[in-house]
Amino acid sequence: MKMTQRALLGATVSLALAGAAMAETTITVATVNNGDMVRMQGLMDDFYAKHPDIKVEWVTLEENVLRQNVTTDIATGGGQYDVITIGTYEVPIWGKQGWLESLNDLPADYDVDDLLPAIRGGLTVDGNLYASPFYGESSFLNYRKDLAEKAGITISDAPTWDEIKAAAAAMTDTEAGVYGICLRGKAGWGENMAFLTTMANSYGARWFDENWQPQFDQPEWKAVMTDYVELLTKYGPPGASNNGYNENLTLSLQGKCAMRMDATVSAGALTDPAQSEFADKVGFALAPDAGLGKRANWLWAWSLAVPSSSDAKDAAKTFINWATNKDYLALVASKEGWRNAPPGTRTSLYANPEYAALPFAKMTIDSINAADPTNPTVKPVPYVGVQFVAIPEFAGLATSVGELFSAALAGQKSVDDALAEAQALAVSEMTAAGYIK
Amino acid sequence: MARATSPRRKALTTLAAWSVALVIFFPVLWMILTSFKTEPSAVAMPPQLFTADWTLENYAEVWQRSDYPRFFWNSVVLSLGSTLLGLAVAIPAAWAMAFVPGKKTKDLLMWMLSTKMMPAVAVMIPLYLVFLKLGLIDTRIGLVLALMLMNLPIIVWMLYTYFKEIPAEILEAARMDGAGLFKEIVYVLTPMALPGIASTLLLNVILAWNEAFWTIILTTTKAAPLSAFIASFSAPQGLFYAKLSAASTMAIAPILILGWFSQKQLVRGLTFGAVK
Repeated sequence: MKMTQRALLGATVSLALAGAAMAETTITVATVNNGDMVRMQGLMDDFYAKHPDIKVEWVTLEENVLRQNVTTDIATGGGQYDVITIGTYEVPIWGKQGWLESLNDLPADYDVDDLLPAIRGGLTVDGNLYASPFYGESSFLNYRKDLAEKAGITISDAPTWDEIKAAAAAMTDTEAGVYGICLRGKAGWGENMAFLTTMANSYGARWFDENWQPQFDQPEWKAVMTDYVELLTKYGPPGASNNGYNENLTLSLQGKCAMRMDATVSAGALTDPAQSEFADKVGFALAPDAGLGKRANWLWAWSLAVPSSSDAKDAAKTFINWATNKDYLALVASKEGWRNAPPGTRTSLYANPEYAALPFAKMTIDSINAADPTNPTVKPVPYVGVQFVAIPEFAGLATSVGELFSAALAGQKSVDDALAEAQALAVSEMTAAGYIK
Repeated sequence: MARATSPRRKALTTLAAWSVALVIFFPVLWMILTSFKTEPSAVAMPPQLFTADWTLENYAEVWQRSDYPRFFWNSVVLSLGSTLLGLAVAIPAAWAMAFVPGKKTKDLLMWMLSTKMMPAVAVMIPLYLVFLKLGLIDTRIGLVLALMLMNLPIIVWMLYTYFKEIPAEILEAARMDGAGLFKEIVYVLTPMALPGIASTLLLNVILAWNEAFWTIILTTTKAAPLSAFIASFSAPQGLFYAKLSAASTMAIAPILILGWFSQKQLVRGLTFGAVK
């Protein structure tokens, strides 16, 4: 009897000790709802097998809601989240504020030198990597090769705006429901203004000069807006001022856009025969330039970062290392094929022959490499960011300017009026914010 | 005497009523139909009301990806908890305003209502900080308090309107029969105002169930209700429309059923006192 009691006691103590040794750290990960993040949640068994002592709780939110929640939490030092998903717009601002934990001490197998230089540059402040990219994207041109052939034109791999204008005119066939070009028209700093800012970069325009003076009254912006409105009015789909990423993607999948300029991340859908009957007819090219040395393509990365207020920083970094490591790309490829590996973060992915064989791989990496967030414009600027200006005031200001430009596209006001109002608005906002003395 | 209605007029009125009802219900119907479509069918252009490839896959995936019962239970606790707590505070308040009004009662009522006109985002940071300091972030009790305070002006106003319809003489009679304040409110006033209290309860349960600003801001995982559940399937680019529709249908189904079965009380409550 005594033996049995001792054995039971021993087993209980052992279990208790084992339990203490395996004490779980719970981390809360705030993330966006997109295909790559959903896929990651489905692959968590691999993480738990490697790190049974860490439990991950997910808070998945729509992008704008996530931004609001995370900003509120991080600005008040709330500590509700241990890992946050943020974009290249927030990282330079929040890194400077001291709101993010440096990721310079991630283990050697993270291989920081493998990150694409343009993406890494956008996530680094004063030599500190503040976020690890989960997927990166640029923008490029996708077009229907069969329509180009029918119209007797060739679209080069690195076209100019003049080529694009001519191609749009040649391929438009409104009677057949085919529109020459689809561009973002819906108002928003992440919608029409993302595209228009990159177009402006290629035309030699800029948001601000070196002294933070708004530049909408300059001839370069007039040229941008005139061409943009003309392109979409003459060759774009009806109601272009309401079209954002998704609307134009849907039109492209249905073959109704002869050309479309948008995120490289949509290449997977465009070349997927299950989603589009034109999948084998899609061609890709770099975003156009105007011969001034800058192309109209952006740079964006959804990245994982650790807020300074987190009380589980080590576990959070362990998770980030798993989720953004080279091994994770291989894990996705082994389960769902290389086509579904998160793109645009690591050099090694594009060196992989299987991935490089995908029809969009080369144009994606070339587009990402063509964007430089620290030197985005033809003329010098005091800010970082390709399709945005990395200052806290930008999101609100650009959304207001986007509404003016969307109204110009819809014909509710002239290009001149829209630009004049944008200039007045920007001067007022920048003065109030203290940038203009 | 009621006016005689011709069959033709009656038919036209019925047709008009059904048309209006259909227009109002159409977005919900569209959402329910979309929840049974595949993702490509959900975003097809031009939009299709019906599709050839109906599927239950969206529901299966939403169920598998999320802990729906937890979100649902939180919604039940938050909406019922905040409404019952609100009634406990508002019944005595509305009694005082209806039967022993002071000089400033009307001003007080207007002030209470004016707080509903303030944009919630204006007090977001202060309230978040208060919740943070009190350790109430992501707790059910914190959310119950927040929702109760938010809906309190409506509860007080509704109850005040119902109580005003009750003759003060009845309460006086109860008092003369020796009823104290507590007994007067609990045994005399409350039973007489029960239909009004019931419709106030129903309306506030619906308001609390649908609240989607504070319930998302002030929660992360433990206390998050169905509003956060829907937000987790929403993407700004419009991706996953079908799954978002399935999640939304699952979120509104309980309140839709409740609303359907209690529509008589709701209509009665909302029109109470409208015609004297």
